[in-house]
Amino acid sequence: MSVKIDETLTVECETGNYHTFCPISCVSWLYQKIEDSFFLVVGTKTCGYFLQNALGVMIFAEPRYAMAELEEGDISAQLNDYEGLKKLCIRIKKDRDPSVIIWIGTCTTEIIKMDLEGMAPKLEWEIGIPILVARANGLDYAFTQGEDTVLAAMAHRCPEPEFSVRERKETIQNFFISHSRKKEELVEYANHPSLVLFGSLPSNVASQLNLELKRQSIKVSGWLPAQKYTDLPSLGDGVYVCGVNPFLSRTATTLIRREKCQLIEAPFPIGPDGTRAWIEKICPIFGIEPQGLEEREERIWESLKDYLDLVRDKSVFFMGDNLLEVSLARFLIRCGMIVHEIGIPYMDKRYQAAELSLLQDTCMKMRVPIPRIVEKPDNSNQIRRIRELQPDLAITGMAHANPLEARGISTKWSVEFTFAQIHGFANARDVLELVTRPLRRQKNLEDLGPTTLVRK
Amino acid sequence: MKLAYWMYAGPAHIGTLRVASSFKNVHAIMHAPLGDDYFNVMRSMLERERDFTAATASIVDRHVLARGSQERVVDNILRKDKEEHPDLIILTPTCTSSILQEDLQNFVNRASIISDSDVIFADVDHYQVNEIQAADRTLEQVVRYYLDRCHRQEKWDQFLTDAPSVNIIGIFTLGFHNQHDCRELRRLLRDLDIQINQIIPEGGSVEELQNLPKAWFNLIPYREVGLMTAMYLNKEYGMPYISTAPMGAVDMAEWIRQIQKNVNTLALSSSSKRVDYEPYIDGQTRFVSQAAWFSRSIDCQNLTGKETVVFGDTTHAASITKILVREMGIRVSCAGTYCKHDAEWFKEQIQGFCDEILITDDHAEVGDMIAHMEPSAIFGTQMERHIGKRLDIPCGVISAPVHIQNFPLGYRPFLGYEGTNQIADLVYNSFALGMEDHLLDIFGGHDTKEIISKSLSTDIGLIWNPESRLELSKIPRFAREKVERNTEKFARQKGIETITVEVMYAAKEALNT
Repeated sequence: MSVKIDETLTVECETGNYHTFCPISCVSWLYQKIEDSFFLVVGTKTCGYFLQNALGVMIFAEPRYAMAELEEGDISAQLNDYEGLKKLCIRIKKDRDPSVIIWIGTCTTEIIKMDLEGMAPKLEWEIGIPILVARANGLDYAFTQGEDTVLAAMAHRCPEPEFSVRERKETIQNFFISHSRKKEELVEYANHPSLVLFGSLPSNVASQLNLELKRQSIKVSGWLPAQKYTDLPSLGDGVYVCGVNPFLSRTATTLIRREKCQLIEAPFPIGPDGTRAWIEKICPIFGIEPQGLEEREERIWESLKDYLDLVRDKSVFFMGDNLLEVSLARFLIRCGMIVHEIGIPYMDKRYQAAELSLLQDTCMKMRVPIPRIVEKPDNSNQIRRIRELQPDLAITGMAHANPLEARGISTKWSVEFTFAQIHGFANARDVLELVTRPLRRQKNLEDLGPTTLVRK
Repeated sequence: MKLAYWMYAGPAHIGTLRVASSFKNVHAIMHAPLGDDYFNVMRSMLERERDFTAATASIVDRHVLARGSQERVVDNILRKDKEEHPDLIILTPTCTSSILQEDLQNFVNRASIISDSDVIFADVDHYQVNEIQAADRTLEQVVRYYLDRCHRQEKWDQFLTDAPSVNIIGIFTLGFHNQHDCRELRRLLRDLDIQINQIIPEGGSVEELQNLPKAWFNLIPYREVGLMTAMYLNKEYGMPYISTAPMGAVDMAEWIRQIQKNVNTLALSSSSKRVDYEPYIDGQTRFVSQAAWFSRSIDCQNLTGKETVVFGDTTHAASITKILVREMGIRVSCAGTYCKHDAEWFKEQIQGFCDEILITDDHAEVGDMIAHMEPSAIFGTQMERHIGKRLDIPCGVISAPVHIQNFPLGYRPFLGYEGTNQIADLVYNSFALGMEDHLLDIFGGHDTKEIISKSLSTDIGLIWNPESRLELSKIPRFAREKVERNTEKFARQKGIETITVEVMYAAKEALNT
């Protein structure tokens, strides 16, 4: 069989009528990641309703986030915004004593032009807690881009290298630590400029990636965000930065332009192929020859064999809602799947350049055409295409999952990829665990009878 | 501006969408920013709906902010009209469109000239009404729209049905056990030999709304949604309505007697014969419903004088309070509702049935009250269930807002005679569990707690270095022990003595292979 290989990569754009989560949902994972933070979402009942329903059980665990719910008086400017926010922030300080309060601007604050950026420094000075402002609203952004806005705001607060409190602390600590340890450190890491990774990952995934680089004797000097706001990494001229997630283009821009950092453009460490490519892009920057990566990747693929047998030659359709789509599609193509369409809310061709070119290479390597990439997709058109193509798997939001299942199309909720651990060599299996779950269930239910369960 | 962690009733547009998507072949278009279509997720997940939810958004983005929606809303309406041919399209405002102050009515007027579908603009204001009130209004608005039009067109057929018949108003999507209640009401009415003219909005067709006045009278099982429609039909068409909730044996009897009265009043003017439902009530109460007997059985003696707190929407909180007190002999220390707009009715209903009344929509206030009262059981919403968990007090869920487990597949009505059985079970089980827990506490549990450790680490001392110890502590508690065990097993196999972070992750990888 000969396959015509389309080598050009094009990005189409549709109407933008698609389902995704509101970007304020980033609060749910960021408040857990940054342990000493408090997120205050300045919005309406609509925002609150979304958060409480989307985050389900978490709300009952005394979360470190809340709504500053705007009432009619706030909208018509009968009440004083500054006094209102001040009252709430003082209460938060009293009840929770966070190291930072992050205001999340919403559609409403945009429309009524509430000057959050203007108020924050003044209030910060008045109550003595740093206040960051991130405009994670549905007018401009989709789902995971919320994290991007928060991290971009946070980048401004990172200390400059020479004034870093942490480093000073470390110097003092090192002074007291025994000599043997010091020697060990010296041989462990090559002497290279500092490298900061950006993107919020569960702490154990972050340390896995740290270890991965340590194997190449590269030291990660910090993460944006760190586990604690007080531990933000030093940034500045001469610091190299590299992203771990594809939706962080604003953060990347901020790091380059405002913080004068050097961005290492690399594919994202999702899947063993992505992880290897990611490390291979970082190493040469520091003049290091990557060691043993090929074997390591090979071993991981070997360990995925049972799952690869399940997914090979199966087709998949990404409806698009969290910006991880290109990286996931690239990994799945490498796994032997056929990707019909990559829907994606927003495509930053510059920030994702290395990922896109790896996608292109992977398609060539696997001898499949490059799938169409659809930015700002239109869900009703997509459903029509899904009906025509009958893919083996549709990766989609929860609004469409059950209706598609009822029509005999297997689905996987895209949201799970955002919350699962999918980065690095060790977690490649978790991605496939998610992708194969509907396929495995289908196999288990083979004897159940009809797969189409809607009345015509 | 107020600090809020949680709310009982959602924003207005959710109410409108719930009504719209309950009707057959009605499409709702929200004027909303990206991400506000979360309603579709709830409907698809909670109700496990097989069909695509007929609600889409006309997206408000940066361009709309700058230049107004212009043609976009009209285009979206016309597109839906062409693609799906709905009978009715409801343009739904959100909090965003409330402040943008675009003339959405104007878009509706323009679109309705061109489209084949009817188009209306939901008359709800985000800042004035909540989800429940909006649902009530939208239902009334839709009914009024079709009846008015029918009136204008003089296609009017106002004759009542020959046999006694009713409309059931207010059964709809994401309602608390609404589907089961609806089935139970159908069964009851069949027993009473009363026809069902229409059930709205669930599964109803807007084209048939013009036949609503043919029914003899209306039933409003839940007063939160449907009462406005009933009042409108009463005013315009003289249709009587029954707004008693048929929940609990006593109110059931009352409800059936009201039906009897209505049937007999109207029967006078038609050829139908008069009815007497007393024997039916008697038979059902004594033998079909087990609740009356159950309350007198020896088991329920234990419940005498036990204290409870009840909280929920007005219908369920009031009915459950009355059931607990007069049908099961349980004391209600406090009854409350979050439907502040209907507080007067609620107070009137439960006057004399409880020690205290709480009207609030702040869950912290409810929590504090429960903590203060220390009842033996709580009957409330999912929020009260979680409050109960924290305070170690059992809770039966009796009202929205609810989670997916409150959309059971099995038959679980709260209304009707079967409903009395379900409620009795719910109440009894809540207490029994509470009692058991208490006894376990006193006697120190089922078993002595010495569980033999599953870990293999007791014999040879493996050393976890400080970094790996720290890393281990970051793993969620439910998985930690397993990770610890696996890592040590791996270390032992490899003959490693000191466990480092590297060893931990090597173990994880080895486990995958």
